[in-house]
Amino acid sequence: MLLAVLSVFAAAAVAPLVVRLSRKAAGWILATVPLGAFVFFIRQAGHVTHDGPLRESTPWFPAYDLPLTFYLDGLSLLFALLVTGIGTLIVVYAGGYLKHSDELGRFYVQLLSFMGAMLGLVLADNAIVFFIFFELTSLTSYLLIGFYHNEEDSRQAARKALVVTGAGGLALMAGLILLYQVTGTWEFSEMLAMGDTVVQSPLYVGIFILVCAGAFTKSAQFPFHFWLPAAMAGPTPVSAYLHSATMVKAGVFILARMHPVLGGTELWTTTLVAFGGFTMLMTAWLALRYTDLKQILAYTTTMVLGLLTMLLGVGTEEAIAAMVTFTLVHALYKGALFMLAGNIDHETGTRDLKELGGLRSAMPITMIGGLAAALSMSGIPPFFGFIGKEITYEAALHAGGWSTLILGASVLANAALVASGLLVGLKPFIGEIKGAFTREPHEAPLSMYLGPCVLGGLGLAIGLYPAFVDHSLLQSAQAGILQEPHELHLALWHGVNPALIASLITFAIGFAIYYGWERLQKSAVMGGFGRALGDAPGDGFERLLYELGRSSHTITRAFQTGQFRRYLLLIFTGTIVMVGGALLFEANLSWPSELGEVRYYEAALAGLVVLSALAAVRANDRFVAILALSIGGYSVALLYLLFGAPDLAMTQFSVETLTLILLVIVLIHLPNIDGYEPITSRVRDAVVAVGVGAIVTTVAFAALSFPLDRSVSEFMMQNSYTEAQGSNIVNVILVDFRGLDTMGEIIVLTMAALGVFVLMRMRRIRLPEILGTRLHSDDEPIRVDGDGETVPAGAEAGGAADQNGAEVHPDEPAGAEEAAPDDQSTS
Amino acid sequence: MELILAVVSGTLFAASFYLLLRRNLLRFVIGIIILGNAVNLLIFTMGRLTREVPPVIPYGQKVIEGAYANPLPQALILTAIVISFGLLAFTLVLVYRNYTVSRTIDADRLTASEPEQDVDLHTQKKRLPA
Repeated sequence: MLLAVLSVFAAAAVAPLVVRLSRKAAGWILATVPLGAFVFFIRQAGHVTHDGPLRESTPWFPAYDLPLTFYLDGLSLLFALLVTGIGTLIVVYAGGYLKHSDELGRFYVQLLSFMGAMLGLVLADNAIVFFIFFELTSLTSYLLIGFYHNEEDSRQAARKALVVTGAGGLALMAGLILLYQVTGTWEFSEMLAMGDTVVQSPLYVGIFILVCAGAFTKSAQFPFHFWLPAAMAGPTPVSAYLHSATMVKAGVFILARMHPVLGGTELWTTTLVAFGGFTMLMTAWLALRYTDLKQILAYTTTMVLGLLTMLLGVGTEEAIAAMVTFTLVHALYKGALFMLAGNIDHETGTRDLKELGGLRSAMPITMIGGLAAALSMSGIPPFFGFIGKEITYEAALHAGGWSTLILGASVLANAALVASGLLVGLKPFIGEIKGAFTREPHEAPLSMYLGPCVLGGLGLAIGLYPAFVDHSLLQSAQAGILQEPHELHLALWHGVNPALIASLITFAIGFAIYYGWERLQKSAVMGGFGRALGDAPGDGFERLLYELGRSSHTITRAFQTGQFRRYLLLIFTGTIVMVGGALLFEANLSWPSELGEVRYYEAALAGLVVLSALAAVRANDRFVAILALSIGGYSVALLYLLFGAPDLAMTQFSVETLTLILLVIVLIHLPNIDGYEPITSRVRDAVVAVGVGAIVTTVAFAALSFPLDRSVSEFMMQNSYTEAQGSNIVNVILVDFRGLDTMGEIIVLTMAALGVFVLMRMRRIRLPEILGTRLHSDDEPIRVDGDGETVPAGAEAGGAADQNGAEVHPDEPAGAEEAAPDDQSTS
Repeated sequence: MELILAVVSGTLFAASFYLLLRRNLLRFVIGIIILGNAVNLLIFTMGRLTREVPPVIPYGQKVIEGAYANPLPQALILTAIVISFGLLAFTLVLVYRNYTVSRTIDADRLTASEPEQDVDLHTQKKRLPA
């Protein structure tokens, strides 16, 4: 089984190569892989139906106790056959459908990846492995729906599907984890026998809701039904395969798989019957609102998914028999009908019923295959669909207390299905050709009518000879769900019984709808119904996404105003609140008690530093500010000198001088620093600034109250001369102990110098490219040159820039060299 | 004396942050310069002060006997001074360069990279199937 799954993934990997080698035959070549898997599962069928389930385990992540376990019982066999069998036909079909697409290779990669994931999903025994494949199907489905990614509708539909099924997947994962906590095993096959434990567990309701959330989203049950019709934006082979025959049934599949574990309770029955039944009835009638073949088919798909969910909810022997039978019935006819819709679309250029008609002579083979499928869908004897419908009614009749309601809903839903089947499979072919098609209608190629004909033909064959599947495949699938064997016998003719009468009523209503469809479709009641239940949930979902985006945008904008002053203010305030708060709540802070020795000149220098800083703050003239800065800087240098740091003092003196020169050179070309700001913002900033300053001082006080650990400095001193042959310890640290840091410093300086150089050399800048349209310049107008370049209106400023480049630049590396040689010379 | 320098450093921080919050970009640059001194002084003070004994091993000896100024903060500050200068030079040229292009040193007008009026991704007309 592992090989079967892996081979499909391997086919996905080589698909682009195959397409490159032979575009025409690619579909046929690639189809051999799922065909091989199909044959493999057919060969296992005898074993599974007679001797019981197969289980296979391969170590995968032994460290996490996560093996790749696969489990093949009747249920997974039925689904595996559908995945590989219909998959084979779809791969062939896609070869014809996308013959002219440049992206056939990409398509096959995605389609075959999906197929592998789906196969893994139905075979997985380990819940984690199952979940991985479950998510993979969501992802590949997203890619496939959005295959025409340059169309907005496709992208939107793909996003819708991904969000809905992805969210459901997360819920499902939570449910599976809870299930593990109750059962103590990840393996489904071991859980199956533990239904009583789970049902009695206090976690049961939680598990049930979470699993249902995963299943209902994946299988498009109300209120999540909206994503599936939207998913029809994908290419038709995708719709035929993922969104009718396989993936959307994954939700039903997990419910079926969980039936022995979670099923049989009042909660299970009520929930599944209510949601499934409502979805069935609602979407069956919604289908009649559309004229697009694919939309009709999409809604009838959700109708069937609702039916299957409802039958699982009923859970009787007959209901499960009906469920597995209808799964097969539906897969056969719906796959065929989607391909039919694709053929009509492909060969005529439209799939709108208002424009279609009279194609019987142009597309005879498609018509035969499609009509067979449509008759099966409508449940007309002797097709397989008739048997499916009869057994559904049987199940409904014996469904206990809900019986009448379920039967009534089923009849009404099936009546709509009869009409839909005829609309899709019959109406395009009969009558007159209505208008000019964009293409001359002609028969589809073999690759494209093969699928509908095989599936339609199977629908007829099984209808005529149901013994082909009932005792083997379906019976063991039923046993897989119920965990106990039952006799399952299908037949076309049961004699005159209530189910047959219900069928007759269904036909009567169905044909009536078909003949009155055009009026019904246009009626106001139908429109209102469609808007309320068909469009509203989807619109609501889009609205939700929109509001989510808008509110997060508002929140982001509240913080990211685009003004860095606001950011700084937030950061400073945050510092005050957090560090200040931590200081307040830290109980055992001690404060230094004594001031220590203070000499008057030291105190004077400290006062000078403070005064110069305040002067720089107060200055309204740039040169006053520069002077104040320099006085402060030189005072700091003197402080360094007084406290045993001559190297620092030296460096500070040189850098202070350079800074002074640099500031004077540059500031002379810039406007003055005066500028009016409202008193409120000045006070606010002052409060914040003083707050941070106070916090810094407080932290410093707190730190000073602890004794200093000088062991590192001691180590440096001890080893400075003996190990590094240097007597100036500071320099030894810089060039030896921490030499790499100094190299980093030199690199930073070099980058800064390069940056300065580049900035000064950039003479002219294309203004619109940098500032877009957001430039304010009421001070001086910007003059745009003839060649689109802009220069500042103050023309001499441009020239000055260049001059400065020449002057400022040499200063730069001087600073860099200052640091390094100064250190090395003394070491 | 450490306590006094801690207060001095705190005052420098306050002055620097006040300047960093000004609309005039040149005041911002001055704030950066003061910030450098504030940080360096804080590191220096945190390493404790020792008067007049530089961390230099006297000639003919292999280690320093007795008290000596803490060399570790000094090494850090030496690096920091030089880096601050590089930062200052770059910032200053950036402000200057920006001025030659936009003719303003008003921080609140430099919003080209984050315009107040965004391109709203959500305004496109929503199209729903069918």
